[in-house]
Amino acid sequence: MDEEESWVSSFCNVLGHEYFAEVAEDFIEDDFNLTGLGSTVPMYKEALEMILDVEPEDDSDSMGSASESLSGDPTYRRSRGHQRTASDYSVIESSAELLYGLIHQRFITSRQGIQVMYEKYLANHFGFCPRVNCNSARVLPCGFSDTPGQETVKLFCPSCCDIYVPPNSRFQSVDGAYFGTTFPTLFLMTFPELDISGNGRKDLIASSSLNPSGGRRGARDTILPPINGIPANNIAPGLGKGKKYEMRIYGFKVNERARSGPRMGWLRDKPENLEELDEFAQYGGDAADDSDSAISEIEDDGEEDEEEEVEEDDEEAEEGLAYGPGVGASAVRVKRERGAKREEVAGEVR
Amino acid sequence: MDDYNSETDSDYASYWRDWFISTRGHEYFCEIDEDYLTDRFNLTGLQPEVHYYQYALDLITDVFDFDCDDETRESIEKSAKHLYGLVHARYIITTRGLQKMLEKYKKCDFGRCPRVLCRSHPLLPIGLSDVAHSKSVKLYCAKCEDVYSPKSSRHATIDGAYFGTSFPHILFQVYPALIPPKVNERYIPRCFGFKTHAMAALARWQEEQRANQDRRLLEAGVEVRRVESETIGDDSSSDDAS
Repeated sequence: MDEEESWVSSFCNVLGHEYFAEVAEDFIEDDFNLTGLGSTVPMYKEALEMILDVEPEDDSDSMGSASESLSGDPTYRRSRGHQRTASDYSVIESSAELLYGLIHQRFITSRQGIQVMYEKYLANHFGFCPRVNCNSARVLPCGFSDTPGQETVKLFCPSCCDIYVPPNSRFQSVDGAYFGTTFPTLFLMTFPELDISGNGRKDLIASSSLNPSGGRRGARDTILPPINGIPANNIAPGLGKGKKYEMRIYGFKVNERARSGPRMGWLRDKPENLEELDEFAQYGGDAADDSDSAISEIEDDGEEDEEEEVEEDDEEAEEGLAYGPGVGASAVRVKRERGAKREEVAGEVR
Repeated sequence: MDDYNSETDSDYASYWRDWFISTRGHEYFCEIDEDYLTDRFNLTGLQPEVHYYQYALDLITDVFDFDCDDETRESIEKSAKHLYGLVHARYIITTRGLQKMLEKYKKCDFGRCPRVLCRSHPLLPIGLSDVAHSKSVKLYCAKCEDVYSPKSSRHATIDGAYFGTSFPHILFQVYPALIPPKVNERYIPRCFGFKTHAMAALARWQEEQRANQDRRLLEAGVEVRRVESETIGDDSSSDDAS
């Protein structure tokens, strides 16, 4: 059954499924990636078959070699001989959609999947932030919950760190769990030097060629030193002074003491000096010591994908996620340069 | 509208303003009262802004009876739209205009806030500049106090100056009961369930700013209406305020 279009690609071409990445076949075929899905998805086996295009046709002769590669289980193959009813088919179809969505949630947080999403991001497949001060920064699809059937897909804007409803109602039928809560965060940690503000988008497209060896993928020329593990220009670039809407009547600001005065400024605020956010440096002595230790931390850049470390040890964890073990050496070099630059900049700020 | 309309222009709607506000893309406009338009005081200073000012005004008030070629007619038509927009910005901040816009606001004619945690709060049109031809119309959400671009491209061509920078804020000064309660709930990006440090640090800082503001306002004796979170579909708070 070698058709031009696989189930996966036809699914992704459905109107409203523009946000989906095509999950690689070998990812689906790896049972490890499907752990636990068998109990959540009804008619799991049939659904999986449908996704992998090994669905039997009317005459059992045409079962291709593809089916053998999937299931060597002889009893299963025998049972498939009989015809399926139309209602069965629609149940399987919806199960396949659910299963694909849940695999998709896992796929886009894998190394391979996040690259696919990165290309989709650069191709503006997810759209732009509706907020005026975000300058049409690109958004990332995400879910509000990891459990299917709760909320539809939302869009996360890294520039203002908020989530929005997709502009088109056709996305209202897409489950948010198919993208998951982790994806946008992990995406930003994987590409920490990506220009996420809306400003440099043209440059980004020009330099969008992917460099899997961990080079500077679509990065700007000037990367500010990191604060809290993220380059300072990537900490909510759409927020803060000048990027905050100020309510004015006839040109005069409305005072916060007015009943109708501003109350939500905090949501779009950001300290002018981002070092205020470095709580560690605020409480634990001077910043120079901190940056030194940051560099030395990177040199034993061993661990990868240790999710549990994200909160406590975010600097290390992010470096691990960002570069992976194969590119550790270049990461250290980049980091050293950045460390040196950070001290210069820190000197200027003071 | 029991006015003296001349039924002469066959290919134009009998009431120019009716036609104008029912045109696709002009959903944000409300109808300006006849007597507001005919009061010259309300049009002070608009003459140099608009070509064919007098003809345009005649067209808007449905007393246009000038024989001209199609080209001139077209530019008069264009001027009339521009003039209507400029008067509109003035009209919607009058008592009558505010009422009309309020009705449209209650019907959600301006759309709903795209921000998820605003739970589809109705928007209000706003300009980012009062000078014509500078910025297109944006939408203001009273809940998150931010401005958004309209999602439809047909609204992206409408001049923001036709609504003005002050309109939503004047509306809420006049109708303070309509001010929605502000929600403290915010989106926290998570990775496998864990907050990321940089975002969490920013959120902590922002919440500190909010606490500072609340303290300032408390000292000044100003009441602050904030709620921790709202459940989806809880629109009653905004509706019963009226």
